[in-house]
Amino acid sequence: MTVAFTDAEKPQRSWWRSNQQWLTPWLFLAPGLAMFILYVIWPIFSSFQLSLYDYDGLGTKVWLGWDNYKELFGDRAFKTSLKNNVIWLVMYMLAVPLGLAIAIFLNQTVRGIRIYKSLFFFPFVISQVVVGLIFSWFYAPNFGLLYKLTEMLTGKGTAILANPELATYGIIAAGLWPQIAYCMILYLTGLNNVAPDQIEAARLDGAKGLKMLWYVILPQLRPATFIAVVVTVIGALRSFDLVSIMTNGGPFGSTRVLSYYMYEQALSEYGYRMGYGAAIAVVLFGIMMIFISGFVWKMVRDERGNR
Amino acid sequence: MFPRPIAQSTPAVRGLYQIALPIALILWLFPLLGVAMTSVRPASDLAQGNYFGLPSSFAWHNYVEVFQNSPIGRYIFNSFKVTIPTVIGTLVLSCMTGFALGIYRFKGNLLIFFMFVAGNFVPFQILMVPVRDLTFGMGLYNTTMGLALFHIAFQTGFCTLFMRNFISALPRELIEAARVEGVAEWQIFWYIVLPLMRPAIAALAVLVFTFIWNDFFWATVLTTSASTQPVTAGLSSLNGQWIAAWQLVSAGSIIAALPPVLMFFLMQRHFIAGLTLGAVK
Repeated sequence: MTVAFTDAEKPQRSWWRSNQQWLTPWLFLAPGLAMFILYVIWPIFSSFQLSLYDYDGLGTKVWLGWDNYKELFGDRAFKTSLKNNVIWLVMYMLAVPLGLAIAIFLNQTVRGIRIYKSLFFFPFVISQVVVGLIFSWFYAPNFGLLYKLTEMLTGKGTAILANPELATYGIIAAGLWPQIAYCMILYLTGLNNVAPDQIEAARLDGAKGLKMLWYVILPQLRPATFIAVVVTVIGALRSFDLVSIMTNGGPFGSTRVLSYYMYEQALSEYGYRMGYGAAIAVVLFGIMMIFISGFVWKMVRDERGNR
Repeated sequence: MFPRPIAQSTPAVRGLYQIALPIALILWLFPLLGVAMTSVRPASDLAQGNYFGLPSSFAWHNYVEVFQNSPIGRYIFNSFKVTIPTVIGTLVLSCMTGFALGIYRFKGNLLIFFMFVAGNFVPFQILMVPVRDLTFGMGLYNTTMGLALFHIAFQTGFCTLFMRNFISALPRELIEAARVEGVAEWQIFWYIVLPLMRPAIAALAVLVFTFIWNDFFWATVLTTSASTQPVTAGLSSLNGQWIAAWQLVSAGSIIAALPPVLMFFLMQRHFIAGLTLGAVK
């Protein structure tokens, strides 16, 4: 696309010469920025606006003001979703220490360790749809492995996904599987780059095991921990695929999360309440925003420090 | 190295570690192994309750059956039709944005950069209705093209973060020297920066391929029929039809998972380099 500026515009050439320094970055940015604004930035504002209307996706929009938000307050399904999102966030955080534990376990140099590392990472490469199907099979009532196992131990099998109390935890466990793998790979890379002389120095001072991990290793792993926490928080709040595949929000709506409930309201057989769905999305966005602003703030600070 | 290298410990500990490794791996991949086994189990095994034992025979025809009795071939083809244009489009756009943000200092540089970064973290649901309406408006609803266009735009955010950081780590003297020589700015991009970006391009190509192949949410929002749905959405609807036909569900899952898995094993180094960007300072 830049070729157009070489020969065809000879009279303007000197103008281009003197202005290309400041124009070039904008020309390079233009296509990507335009796409990003059209598909990501503008829709955010558009959803905000939509959340103040009653809209079925086809007919005219009817102004409601804050009514959609007021309705959320009395909506029990919304409260369940919100509560489940909190459970997701808390439980999902387990991926960070567990990923670290596996990384420490695998950070050796024995024969074949590279293959072990890639096979441990395997779950992350598979689609969440497939992960969901795998765990549905694992949990299946009557013949599922977990059902058999609980039957053996307690005499009575538990069908986790059919139990409103346990179903959400069952889905989270499925989600943790690839997430732990992700955190593990982050920490493996981090461990690879820990300064060996500091470890040796600490060893001479008699530091060992957990003390060594806590005082010497973890501070050096901080960048890895930061990224692991960021991707885990986002993963927890984005949980849609697994809920959709494993339970469709059931039993009795007990496994809904905000992302799934929004979809249900706006785009499923339950009716096309896009305005109400947008209001749910705005709440989810608000929650995410708390984390995003924290992350971005830290990144901006690092960036300033680098310059 | 942490923990202390196992080679320095007693033979007993070393032996224990060698035994623990495969056991841990089998436990870790247990659900996957179960599904792989189920995918080659004849239907009669399942009817007789043989869910865990070895299959009575290897029923490779489960795989044939999946291809014959479901549009999974079509789904896979659709996935490629979405994934490949997305990878190419995203890389072209983000090489350019990364170049602009990594090389030039201008007002608004950091602001635009962090807009791309923050856009990455946004929940999909807040984009859902407007993006669906937009795709409708362009006449691209229920087409692989409509899906690919959205993916290109969204992934450009993530890739810009990556590319920009990669480019700003290049030695600045290289660019300054070229400018002194009177090389035009676009030539700096094409002849100097782009060739140096090869590792970043490879890493992002693998990552974006995997992300897009595995996307489920946007596939369900923007496509509805078997002629356009990618394999994730297709598998989900097949799962609804094949109730209790676990041997078919398993075979379908394995087929759907195969392309990104192959990609990962072939391009492992690049994949991990991309994923762990920023994990070390």
